Amino acid sequence: MEDQITRITSRLVVPFIQVYGIYIILHGHLSPGGSFSGGAIFGASLVLVALSFNLEAGSKQIPHNAASVLESGGALGYLITGLVAIALGGYYLSNKAAGFPMGEAGSLFSAGAIFIITLFVGIKVASTIATLFYYIIEGEK
Amino acid sequence: MIEILNILLLLFLIVCAVGVAYIRDLLSAVILFSSFGLIMAIIWQQLSAPDVAMVEAALGTGVVSLLLIAAISKTRRTE
Repeated sequence: MEDQITRITSRLVVPFIQVYGIYIILHGHLSPGGSFSGGAIFGASLVLVALSFNLEAGSKQIPHNAASVLESGGALGYLITGLVAIALGGYYLSNKAAGFPMGEAGSLFSAGAIFIITLFVGIKVASTIATLFYYIIEGEK
Repeated sequence: MIEILNILLLLFLIVCAVGVAYIRDLLSAVILFSSFGLIMAIIWQQLSAPDVAMVEAALGTGVVSLLLIAAISKTRRTE
């Protein structure tokens, strides 16, 4: 099913959706939204590419191996960030007590470990949504 | 003025929810469900929960309806 209008519209819109998703992930501690919302928006843009072009174009955006590595790596990064806090002398996932630099309030780098954790969770959510869609479409192989 | 909008949104929400339960064609049910998610996103925004509204607009309207359509394409369209 090749549709000219759908393809051209999604080609125009997808970069803006992805930038918006990354913006929401990065500004999670300053404005509404955060890792899950931004990751969901980013993953929906990956699904939109696969839907409006074809599965090969979608797989070119994020290959299956890369998606599974990113999915596991997001969870692992979250875990490691929590363990680094223990190594620095705080509780698990503690932020200021473990000595993460806090920065100036209101700026982008102003929440220490929250920024890193948000990034990892966003990566995990986006790749999970893409992987889920591919598995349902392609079936079990 | 804004109360009229809220009441209209809630009425549409109820109509969509009842329609999803009663309609026989599954593809129409999925489309009604995605419009339910869209109205729900605007209602979350009216309830001062913009982050939930973002998740609802991306997941409830986009991804969930896509996954349901994919499931329908693997099985039958009617109940």
